[in-house]
Amino acid sequence: MAREQSSYESFIKGLWRENPVFVQVLGMCPMLAVTNTALNSLVMGLATLFVLMGSSFLVASLKHLIPKQVRISLYIIIIATFVTIADYTILALLPAVHKELGAFIPLIVANCMILGRQEAFASRHGVRMAVVDAAGMSAGFMFALLALGGVRELLGNGSLFGVDLFGPGFEPWVIMILPPGGFITLGLLLLLFNWIAARKRAFLAEVAATEREML
Amino acid sequence: MDNLIWIFISALLVNNFVLAYFLGLCPFLGVSGRLETSFRLGLATTFVLVITAICSWFLNTYILPHAPYLRLISFIVVIASTVQFIEMAIKKLSPALFKALGIFLPLITTNCAILGLAIFATNKGYGFTEGLVFALGAGAGFTLAMVLMAGIREEAELSDIPALIQGTAMNLIIAGILSMAFMGFAGLFSSG
Repeated sequence: MAREQSSYESFIKGLWRENPVFVQVLGMCPMLAVTNTALNSLVMGLATLFVLMGSSFLVASLKHLIPKQVRISLYIIIIATFVTIADYTILALLPAVHKELGAFIPLIVANCMILGRQEAFASRHGVRMAVVDAAGMSAGFMFALLALGGVRELLGNGSLFGVDLFGPGFEPWVIMILPPGGFITLGLLLLLFNWIAARKRAFLAEVAATEREML
Repeated sequence: MDNLIWIFISALLVNNFVLAYFLGLCPFLGVSGRLETSFRLGLATTFVLVITAICSWFLNTYILPHAPYLRLISFIVVIASTVQFIEMAIKKLSPALFKALGIFLPLITTNCAILGLAIFATNKGYGFTEGLVFALGAGAGFTLAMVLMAGIREEAELSDIPALIQGTAMNLIIAGILSMAFMGFAGLFSSG
């Protein structure tokens, strides 16, 4: 039972408490570059999910065979292999999206979140936990990608996943789908995240204070 | 020659790696606290970029036509070993510089600007000289963005900023404004 709970917890922590983007501020490059539409964000999120789960699985299974001195290089080669697979798969299945994402699919390799998870988690835990952790982290990453891509497409284009929402009367905020919109939207989302966390802390402190008074 | 100048200016200002392509954001947001350090990191990155351009040209010309699917892996292996080499050389030649940059050099390996340069230069089909100029422009653009950011952050430290926005949220909004300013350079091309 304890085992079940711990794997559930390790999935959930990636989604919120240790969210790779909002809390750890990792993986910024692909995060900002591809989130001008919700569809691009989704494809990027799925590609990252595949790469992170695949490499976590492999690293966790091979952890006793990998010499300590060259581990980082080996992790990177494992990650690059999965990214190459993802790159060619997207090229075959969704050529239009592949053209738009361009160089940013190969750049998943340079996403520090993926390497960070191998070093901090997969190389120290069993295969099952490593895959669960990878799934949680990717889900958290995808959540952040979709939040950013959704806001930017909604305001910058007046649509969501290509479906027009506001009708012809809407004047799109073109700046949102351009690079500055990415920086500013992510800054504001981080601010929102900080605010929620600060409120929660204040609330918990208040509860603790009331409890002390009651005693 | 004209072409080379445009490649340089485009990589430096119009398509600035950090502010238009979002490459190299980890050091841009993480290490840009001090002006001096930012400048040195910019120089180190430029150096690695130039070597990357040379390596990727060599790989593209002699090795990758036979095995295109190895592109990504071979780029990474070559770049990682280059950074290792630079780290050893700097340690030997300038202990002071090594101390100042210390932990950041390995970070350059996972800097997407480095891999991004190799991939962009390949996708655009640049030759040897063009690739070299592209690397210099990208490096100069990265250094420029780092130094601007560090200057603003040093000023911001002296101002009274609400605790909630301090840190990454503020840096991202500053970056957004810088990026907006750099978009103005896009006009250079239509007039040229």
